[in-house]
Amino acid sequence: MPDVPFIEIRHAAKSFGALEVLKDINLTVDRGQIVAIIGPSGSGKSTLLRAINELDPLTSGEVWLEGVQINKKLPHRQYEKHVNQVRQDIGMVFQHFNLFPHLTVRGNITLAPKMLKGLTTEEADRLAEEQLAKVGLSEKIDEFPSRLSGGQKQRVAIARALAMKPKVMLFDEATSALDPELVEEVNLVMKQLAEEHMTMIIVTHEMDFAASVCDRVLFMDQGVVVEEGPPGVIFQTPAHERTRNFLRKHLARAAGQA
Amino acid sequence: MDIDLILRVYPFFLEAALVTIQLSVLTTILGLICGALGAAARLSRSAVLRAIGATYVSLFRGTPALIQLFILYFGGPQIGIQLDAFEAGVIGLGVNIGAYMTETMRGAILSVDKGQTEAARTLGLSRWETMRKVVLPQAMRLMIRPLGVNINALIKGTALVAAISVVELTYTAQRYIGSTYKPFEMFLLSGALYMLIIYITGRAIAWLDRRARIT
Ligand SMILES: Nc1ncnc2c1ncn2[C@@H]1O[C@H](COP(=O)(O)OP(=O)(O)OP(=O)(O)O)[C@@H](O)[C@H]1O
Ligand SMILES: [Mg+2]
Repeated sequence: MPDVPFIEIRHAAKSFGALEVLKDINLTVDRGQIVAIIGPSGSGKSTLLRAINELDPLTSGEVWLEGVQINKKLPHRQYEKHVNQVRQDIGMVFQHFNLFPHLTVRGNITLAPKMLKGLTTEEADRLAEEQLAKVGLSEKIDEFPSRLSGGQKQRVAIARALAMKPKVMLFDEATSALDPELVEEVNLVMKQLAEEHMTMIIVTHEMDFAASVCDRVLFMDQGVVVEEGPPGVIFQTPAHERTRNFLRKHLARAAGQA
Repeated sequence: MDIDLILRVYPFFLEAALVTIQLSVLTTILGLICGALGAAARLSRSAVLRAIGATYVSLFRGTPALIQLFILYFGGPQIGIQLDAFEAGVIGLGVNIGAYMTETMRGAILSVDKGQTEAARTLGLSRWETMRKVVLPQAMRLMIRPLGVNINALIKGTALVAAISVVELTYTAQRYIGSTYKPFEMFLLSGALYMLIIYITGRAIAWLDRRARIT
């Protein structure tokens, strides 16, 4: 399907009651592309990301993945079946990991593949081992999440998402809840995914990370994409005053923390 | 205090305690079933089911259990429900405590972090699969202690069925008071046996709770 964009978001709008959180957002992402979304708190970054897998369905507009409309209007039953299907192709990683505390690392990773893809226990175990090796946590396979550090939890959460063999990975501030010394291990895993040409959309407050791995950066403010471009342009010579302001404030804050 | 009298009558009180235990166990089982159904209704997507669940809870928590019991046992025959006193006791108390258990279970389910549901749904699990594999196992652990509180109330509540002449601990005490005129000894004896039952139940629930928390 050469003419169909990999991911396409058309005229996306979203309101929570009277609050307009997304206003006419348009975005296409090619296969293998890595897109960072930056912007001030409350600008709608998470909402946009969560619209892509129907966690926060749009008020209007369309989301397409490989020629399939994610947010199709369907009767309830069919809609549920449809989203359960398309969500298997969209991995998501949350700020607070959201590992299942009652399951071991193995249980966390194998739950969905076993239930949804009909993998046998052996196949699922092999898959879990494979994915854990990838994030460097093979020895933790039989631990419960409560015994892991934040960085390890997030790496397991990434392995859990990857075990579904998604077409795209969404990251919502995957390192924001981590102690500074644990950020790098998660960033490394994400960099490795980038090298494997995983399509990724990454909401982040880490400008250095965005600059080093992303192909494109979107700056959002008040529900609109103010500007977008290659990291070199957005970070060095942004066209808009709002972008410059945001980056200046952000730099000042980062410097204050260091 | 008439120790001799206590030593003479206590075997009959033990028998009565057995009835109280049977009542408690059956009521607990029925209460858990009603609670699970009630919680499912209260959390359902269907507005009709939600309304039914809410009505059940407010009806049975909003009126005295004794009145509910009387309606069932004395009023039942008028509308064609014939139950013996023990059956009426179990059903009346079970449905009553089920209303409290409904709220306990619902509260436990709602207190599971929303992020858990989001993570499961994101992987592609359906609403029901998410409930079964992710939310309920965590909610079960959270509900053991508060259900223990409900069960504690229920055991004490079984005393109410004395009013419809089920021969359990309270009724037995009253009967022996009629022939011995020793209310202090008789109520003390039945009170001690209640306490024993409640103590053992409490330990069992604490044990379950600890076991569920191991991870
Ligand atoms: N479920 C919701 N109900 C009502 N308002 C919401 C809801 N979710 C988000 N909002 C509001 O929508 C706006 C955008 O929120 P969003 O979480 O997308 O921002 P964000 O850019 O991710 O911010 P942050 O950097 O703090 O994570 C905010 O004003 C927020 O309060
Ligand atoms: Mg956010």
